Amino acid sequence: MLASIHKFRQNGWNLLLDINSGAVHVIDDMTYDIMDTFDGTNDDAVVAALAGRYDRAALREALAELHELIGEKTLFAPDIGVPPTFAGEGIVKSLCLMVAHDCNLRCGYCFAGTGDFGGRRGLMTKETGEAAVDFLLAHSGPRRHFEIDFFGGEPLVNFPVVQHVTRYVRQRERETGKSFKLTLTTNGLTLDETTQRFLDDNNISLVLSLDGRKEVHDRMRPDAGGRGTYDRVLPNFQRVVAARQGQNYYLRGTYTKYNPDFTNDVLAMHDAGFDVLSMEPVVAKDTPYALEEADLPRIYEEYDRLTAAYLERHRAGRGFFFFHFNMDLSNGPCVAKRLAGCGAGHEYFAVAADGGLYPCHQFVGREKYRLGSVFEGVTNRELPRYFRESHVLNKPRCRDCWARFFCSGGCHANAELFHGDIREPYEVGCAIQKKRLECALTVQAALAMEKEG
Amino acid sequence: MKHIKTVNKPTLQSTIKKGGCGECQASCQSACKTSCTVGNQVCEKQAD
Repeated sequence: MLASIHKFRQNGWNLLLDINSGAVHVIDDMTYDIMDTFDGTNDDAVVAALAGRYDRAALREALAELHELIGEKTLFAPDIGVPPTFAGEGIVKSLCLMVAHDCNLRCGYCFAGTGDFGGRRGLMTKETGEAAVDFLLAHSGPRRHFEIDFFGGEPLVNFPVVQHVTRYVRQRERETGKSFKLTLTTNGLTLDETTQRFLDDNNISLVLSLDGRKEVHDRMRPDAGGRGTYDRVLPNFQRVVAARQGQNYYLRGTYTKYNPDFTNDVLAMHDAGFDVLSMEPVVAKDTPYALEEADLPRIYEEYDRLTAAYLERHRAGRGFFFFHFNMDLSNGPCVAKRLAGCGAGHEYFAVAADGGLYPCHQFVGREKYRLGSVFEGVTNRELPRYFRESHVLNKPRCRDCWARFFCSGGCHANAELFHGDIREPYEVGCAIQKKRLECALTVQAALAMEKEG
Repeated sequence: MKHIKTVNKPTLQSTIKKGGCGECQASCQSACKTSCTVGNQVCEKQAD
C-alpha cells in the first residue's frame, strides 16, 4: 500500500492531508499524535500508546471522529491507479513558439543561454509560425481549447511575427470554430504603447519578468551592455497592467542563492502595484547562484515568512495572488490531468525558430530530444510515449510520495539536466515543491477556516 | 466535530472515471514556464 496520509505543522496549523481523496483536515495536537499510530483498525493500540499523555475518553472521542472520516472516504481513501481516460496517446494542445532565439537582455541564469539555446541566434519566420498553428490544428482531434505562448529569447525582438501569427490564429479560429488562448512572456524592455495596444486588442495574456527589488533584478537581469534594466522595465509593466485593469497577466520572478530573503522581493512586487505574482527557484548547477541542498533550511524558513506575509496582507484586506499558493481544494484537476502534469512531450511541445519540435521550451537545443518539425510532424514516435508514461505512478521516487497528485512528478527538463533521465526527479526541486505545497495547503485551510469563523 | 475540521469537499476520487477531457490549460504555460505544479490548475469543465 502506498503512503495515504501526510501530516505536517505549518505557521501554527496542524494539517492532515488524505492523499488519495485530496481531503484536507485541520486537527488538534492530540489527533496529530494519534496519527503517528492510527491505521484505521487499531484503536486500542492508539489508546495504549497515548494514555499517559492524554485523557482516555478524549482519545476515544477523536478516534470516533477519525472513523467518521473513514466512512466518508476522506481518510485512508483507496489507492488511485492510472485511469482509463489517461490511456492511449496524448493529443497536442499547447505550443511554445520560440519566435526569437535572441534576446536584448543577458540574464545570468537564462536556461536559453542568453537566448540562443546554445546554437545560432535566429528568428522564426512567418511561414514557420503559420505551419506551427496548422500543425496544432491538424493533430488536435476533438480538442477545442488550445494555447500558444510566444516565447524566446525575447519574443518582442521578433514582434512582426508575433503580430502575423496572432492574426493567423484568429483567422483559423473563425474557420475551425476552435479556441486559442495566447500568452506572451516578455522582459518588458521594448514593451511600448504600440506593442501594448496590439497585445490588449488581441487579448494576449502576459507573463512579465521582474525579480522583485531593484538591486536583485539588476544583478541578474542586465541588458547586452551590462546595465541594469529595472528602471526601464518597471514603468512599462505598470503602464501595461494598469491599461488591462490588473487582469490577464502574471508578474514572474526568479530567486537564486543571492536573494534568500525573496519574500522581500514578492512584497516589493506587490508594493510596486502588482497583485498577480509568481516567484520561482532558479534551476542551475555548478554556478555561484545555484540553489543546493545545503540551502534548503534557509529556503524553508523563507517560505514560512512568505506564508505569514501572504496571510497578513489578505487579512488586512490587501491580499495578492501568489501562483503557488492558488489552489482549489474542492474542485481541482482530475486524476488524468494530475498524471499528465505539464504535458511536455505529449500534449505540449516547443517549436524552435527553425520549426523543430521539442518536448518543451527547456529541451530546445538538446538535440537527442528533437521530435520532428512542424513541417514533417512528429517523426520520433517513441519519445512522446516515453514522456506520457513518465508520470508519478511510474516513477519509483514519486509513487510513494505524498505530493504525487499535486506536483506532477517534477520538471522533466530539470530531471534530465541533473540526472540525464526524465524519470529521476531533481531532489532540490522536489524538496522546495513539497515545502511550497505545505504552505499552499496551509494558506487555503487558514483562509477557509477564517472565512467560516 | 471537536478535534477535526475538514477544510474541503474533495472530488479527486470521482474524477478517476469521468475526468481526462484534456481541455484544460497546460500547467507550465499558465504562469511561469519553469513550474509544473498541477495541484493549482483549473478544470475547464468546471470553469464553464
